[in-house]
Amino acid sequence: MSALQKVMGWVDDRFPLTATYKAHLSEYYAPKNFNFWYFFGSLALLVLVLQIVTGIFLTMNYKPDAELAFASVEYIMRDVDWGWLIRYMHSTGASMFFVVVYLHMFRGLMYGSYRKPRELIWIFGVLIYLALMAEAFLGYLLPWGQMSYWGAQVIVNLFAAVPFIGEDLSIWIRGDYVISDATLNRFFAFHVIALPLVLIALVVVHLVALHEVGSNNPDGVEIKKHKDANGIPLDGIPFHPYYTVKDIVGVIVFLMVFSAIVFFAPEMGGYFLEANNFVPADSLKTPAHIAPLWYFTPFYAILRAVPPMFGSQFPGVVAMGLSIVVLFFLPWLDRSKVKSIRYRGPIYKIMLALFLVSFIGLGYLGLLPSTPVATIFAQVFSVIYFLFFLLMPWYTSIDKTKPEPERVTG
Amino acid sequence: MSQEAEGQKVDTSKRKFLIAATSAVGGVAAVGVAVPLVVSMLPSARAKAAGAPVEVDISKIEPGMMLTVEWRGKPVWVVNRTKEMLGQLGKHDDKLADAMSEMPQQPDYCKNATRSIKPEYLVAVGICTHLGCSPSEKLKLGGDSGMGGDWPGGFFCPCHGSTFDLAARVYKGVPAPTNLVIPPHQYLSDVRLLIGVDAKGA
Repeated sequence: MSALQKVMGWVDDRFPLTATYKAHLSEYYAPKNFNFWYFFGSLALLVLVLQIVTGIFLTMNYKPDAELAFASVEYIMRDVDWGWLIRYMHSTGASMFFVVVYLHMFRGLMYGSYRKPRELIWIFGVLIYLALMAEAFLGYLLPWGQMSYWGAQVIVNLFAAVPFIGEDLSIWIRGDYVISDATLNRFFAFHVIALPLVLIALVVVHLVALHEVGSNNPDGVEIKKHKDANGIPLDGIPFHPYYTVKDIVGVIVFLMVFSAIVFFAPEMGGYFLEANNFVPADSLKTPAHIAPLWYFTPFYAILRAVPPMFGSQFPGVVAMGLSIVVLFFLPWLDRSKVKSIRYRGPIYKIMLALFLVSFIGLGYLGLLPSTPVATIFAQVFSVIYFLFFLLMPWYTSIDKTKPEPERVTG
Repeated sequence: MSQEAEGQKVDTSKRKFLIAATSAVGGVAAVGVAVPLVVSMLPSARAKAAGAPVEVDISKIEPGMMLTVEWRGKPVWVVNRTKEMLGQLGKHDDKLADAMSEMPQQPDYCKNATRSIKPEYLVAVGICTHLGCSPSEKLKLGGDSGMGGDWPGGFFCPCHGSTFDLAARVYKGVPAPTNLVIPPHQYLSDVRLLIGVDAKGA
């Protein structure tokens, strides 16, 4: 026995190192037909690590104080060696996190990855998405620019629209009558400690649940139905080395795009870092046009599409909340006989296309100032967004599906 | 198990009682510990002190002009309305969502046609009732305001396009659901205004 084997043996007697490695990598059998869309889960994990690492180094120079915050970010940008790179990696990482998560979620929609037995994977995933939105929102206040300030003002005031308790609730969230130093300090605490812990815990349960039931695939058929004499799925290949190597290719392409943005267009024309956020926060002066960052705009457009009712704009807030809550019910709304879009009928394909157009349309409208025409479009798109989910039990059950293959194809 | 093997029956009801009692007491303790944490997030004594009333000298506001002062970190507008401006107020009630100020957005002593104690001075919190942006002043009448020829003076919120008249009343069909808030205030003398508290007995 070599020295290494001896050490491994010693460890394995005390901690299931080899067993864990086998269960999750070298003997975790994933379907052999993964395609392009299966890069984004591992890329999301990569971005999470990037955000945590760059975040740790940013906190070394950032000051969570209303008097000092804006200047400390500029200090990082100008005076700290490589500070600009760390900051731009973090700000670009935030947007790229949403890019890969949106693609990852769309993959789930296309191939029915949320269907039985993967309902909990989907639910944990939606929770990750919610935690990620909270994390991004909290983090956006920290540079203490005009957009940080007024964006937080608008979002915290959403809570003030809750009947009866709203006003007190929003004061409790802010810790003051307006967004102030107290708010900045607590957002910092949530952004650097509380939510990252929640995110990591959710990612762990997301992966544990995935590895319990096994991955779905573009055909949406269960590879565990056909196993060889050793109990290994016939259409499965070990995650390591096959998919680790495949994912490295994805990582390289992703990092090329990521680096191009960080080095050549870190502000991305105002979509990743808004121009008004280079102006320090001023509680007495609202910027002419407040738009949230691009990844929130679909929901912001839904919020604005609902007119105030009974002297309250709470209905809009409810609609925005429901647009995310409805995602949790997706596994039970879909009544189709097949999982993958490859074997779905025309109705689902049309509905998914309409949904995609609506979501992107809402995202675009959420960036624009409110006009009567834009509001009508936002209302139409919002209705389609909700109908995609609410009519799903009906249209998926009448849709003409093709028979699924027994084994995976291609 | 070994006890059962010896023929002794486990008293499951006692066990259940102990589990329930332990959970209940533990739950109370958890809530007890959570209370200080939750309450610590309310405005601190210092934040409350900073929310104290603000005294303003209004003698320097020219007719037709306004002054913005900070109260509790919010902009509070004091507008010195001219006779011409006041004359506009009653003419567009049909276009307003709450022309009679029925919603409790003002102290009772400002629930009147001008939404003010003294007709010429409007005191209003300059925070849009939609989502908390600060509207821009468009005090000038008509075309000079950039708001169109029949604009009777008022305020325009750049965030979502809500409009308010010179009594801070909201127009119909805009995102803001209610009139702007009139804060509690009182006149200490002809030129001294105190924002943040009602007059005694009011």
